[in-house]
Amino acid sequence: MDMNEIKEIFFQECEEQLAELESGLLKMNDGDRDPETVNAVFRAVHSIKGGAGAFGLDDLVAFAHVFETTLDCVRSNKLDPGPEVLKTMLKSADVLADLTAASRDGGTVDPSRTSVLVKELEALANGQVPAPTAEVPTPVAPPAPKPVAAAPKPVAAAPTDESGFQPIPFSFDDFGGEEAEAPAMEIPLCDVVFKPRPELYSKGNEATLLLRDLSRIGEMSIYCDMDALPPLDQMDPEGAYFFWKISIRTEKGEEGVRSVFEFAEWDCDLEVKVHEVATEGEEDEELPMQPVPFDLSALDDIEEDHDHHEDHADHHEEVAAAIEAAKVATSVISMAATTQQAAPAAQAAVAKPAAAAAAGNAESSGSGGANPTIRVDLDRVDRLINLVGELVINQAMLSQSVIANETSGATTINTGLEELQQLTREIQDSVMAIRAQPVKPVFQRMSRIVREVADMVGKSVRLVTEGENTEVDKTVIDKLAEPLTHMIRNAVDHGLEMPEKRAALGKNPEGTVKLSAKHRSGRIVIELSDDGAGINREKVRQKAIDNDLITSETNLSDEEIDNLIFHPGFSTADKITDVSGRGVGMDVVKRSIQALGGRINISSRPGQGSTFTMSLPLTLAVLDGMVVTVAGQTLVVPLTAIVETLQPEASAIHSFGASQRLISIRDSFCPLVDVGRILNFRSMQANPTDGVALLVESESGGQRALMVDAIQGQRQVVIKSLEANYTHVPGIAAATILGDGRVALILDVDAVVAASRGQALGGDGALAAAS
Amino acid sequence: MKKKVLTVDDSRTIRNMLLVTLNNAGFETIQAEDGIEGLEVLEDCNPDVIVTDINMPRLDGFGFIEGVRKNDRFRAIPILVLTTESDAEKKNRARQAGATGWIVKPFDPTKLIDAIERVTA
Repeated sequence: MDMNEIKEIFFQECEEQLAELESGLLKMNDGDRDPETVNAVFRAVHSIKGGAGAFGLDDLVAFAHVFETTLDCVRSNKLDPGPEVLKTMLKSADVLADLTAASRDGGTVDPSRTSVLVKELEALANGQVPAPTAEVPTPVAPPAPKPVAAAPKPVAAAPTDESGFQPIPFSFDDFGGEEAEAPAMEIPLCDVVFKPRPELYSKGNEATLLLRDLSRIGEMSIYCDMDALPPLDQMDPEGAYFFWKISIRTEKGEEGVRSVFEFAEWDCDLEVKVHEVATEGEEDEELPMQPVPFDLSALDDIEEDHDHHEDHADHHEEVAAAIEAAKVATSVISMAATTQQAAPAAQAAVAKPAAAAAAGNAESSGSGGANPTIRVDLDRVDRLINLVGELVINQAMLSQSVIANETSGATTINTGLEELQQLTREIQDSVMAIRAQPVKPVFQRMSRIVREVADMVGKSVRLVTEGENTEVDKTVIDKLAEPLTHMIRNAVDHGLEMPEKRAALGKNPEGTVKLSAKHRSGRIVIELSDDGAGINREKVRQKAIDNDLITSETNLSDEEIDNLIFHPGFSTADKITDVSGRGVGMDVVKRSIQALGGRINISSRPGQGSTFTMSLPLTLAVLDGMVVTVAGQTLVVPLTAIVETLQPEASAIHSFGASQRLISIRDSFCPLVDVGRILNFRSMQANPTDGVALLVESESGGQRALMVDAIQGQRQVVIKSLEANYTHVPGIAAATILGDGRVALILDVDAVVAASRGQALGGDGALAAAS
Repeated sequence: MKKKVLTVDDSRTIRNMLLVTLNNAGFETIQAEDGIEGLEVLEDCNPDVIVTDINMPRLDGFGFIEGVRKNDRFRAIPILVLTTESDAEKKNRARQAGATGWIVKPFDPTKLIDAIERVTA
């Protein structure tokens, strides 16, 4: 794993943290005061900041830091998370998300947005709770670009400047510079007195190691004072009885010496005295010995041979011999030996063999834990899904060849085959379940859209979500975000009335947009409703007439008028706003839903709001279809499109115009479409009474009776993209492989219906025809 | 024998960074995701040094350090606090809980290894 991969993980984690952050803030917005919620929110920001720091994403760090500081005030009950506070925090969460995205994908975030929020956050942290704005919020003017002075805080200072604490770099190289280049004669000489207290040991620090570290920054001599050592029977094994006097010549000076004891400064008495200008000849007179090089090898031995005390004797003798002239030698030895025995470190040393024994199972215990999920590359899952698809096809082929060979007597084969079929189906379902994900992330993204749009148009909106844990295929989720975003924008911008108007109508000035998901008969149904004004049918109708979509005489039902908004190029907004009207209409929404094999409907009640209902398949990998024959070709018609099947009788068929035929079904007429003719499988229309009619409902609402020659049966088929393997064919959605190994085309019902309109009515306007 | 490091951090990013840094530096690395898991894992792994975050769900770094120090077997293990909490108050609290030293984020491999070297024999 390299840094780039970790960075990838970081951004994935950011996504999760941002989701956590937002859902936590929304809970708080709903009055949740559980400290754990606040903690989780804090941790999310904290975590992003931590990771961002490691990758040098300074903008992100700087903003996260300010945000975190304010959240900390909430966490420590210094700041009450009222609605105004949360409004700022939710906006900050959005900016944080944008900064994260900018760090990942490049690009920038408008500095004025960031700086405005930084100011708001800082004000909150300083105890300035904003006065609640009027019940009806005024439209937020786009923040005027701030002068340079208001630009985001200088980044470099942010992570370290709090509470005046400056982390002391561990790398001693940082201390280089002029001192380092000074001649050796001017290297300052320091006298150090180091008296550990018992707490030093109890926190896992170790005098020996501190002395070792000290020896690394310069040449030193050392004297161990053991006068305080009590007789053995009075000795507290965890007491601290020794202290050390060190004379060290180091370029790092006093600061360098102190930094060695950084971790221990609370738990020892430390005196550092610097001789202003130390010269070669000037020896320290207070120390009763000659400076002797401090031999590190004695310590190295300790490091390596914790378990072999006997060996030390030899080494110690060598060391002693080497520095025999100096009396200090004994001190070094006793220091090394006694700290090893008296200090708690010895216990750690004793524990080592156990550590070795445990090493074998360490890996398993390290990776184990409470988390019952694993992360898998999507490619791997897709590969598996593909293979299972092949398996399904293969199993179908096997069944077919068994049937073809008429092994009617061999019941074991048939039983085995049935079991295989069942298992295959189960494997398929299980594999599909791997790809299934809750819709929650998309829903969460929507709450941000609602906030932003509401802010922009000056409305007060509340988003209610339901069934966010409903699962659906990941591809569906990914492709759902865009149409949903557009619809939410519309709902807030066009659907809901301005707060004043709502109040005048006796409605809650705060509008409600509700987003819900549920499973219904093997599909996922997503509903988006608002409690706004509903569709203004008069306006829609007029607009449609203006745009030549219908004629003024066209008689349309309410439902049909409502569905006009899905027509290409239709927009009812009086003027184009920032929010909607970007040239993307509901027709685009509809097409993207259809591309997912879904349907979308609108129902609206004047004055009470509109509801969009989307029904989508749970997976894009398999499809329940009806296998039919048309002009000798095998086709698959998606089962979801079929309302009913019927055998047309001659008396029910009526001719209409030159080549059109209608079929009367329970006293209503429905155009009869010959699939074989539409797809150019044959040049002449087939005789309706020879075939079967499939009554289908197209996404545009109209019903058609599709003529096919025969129905073979219903089957679940694995969808193979035609575009990916061949090229797009009009009227055909995809392909599949049947049990006999042959490719069958999956009918694109909507395209066929649309084509039938054009063919049937020429330039007369499709919608008028649908009526 | 390789030195063994137990890291306790709830951030997947930081866990991965620790893992890569420590493995590259020749340490054996055992990882836990929060204080509770840290204490569980500790029982079996006998690390030479522990590196822990402060802000974690379930059991935070302070609680974790106290838990380690309460256990006779582990009370002498050096514990380094790895955290962005660089202000003196939090550092002090970590010390009182029994931390040996600290490493201030942003995470930097050199700083981490240096600090580990400092507190381990």
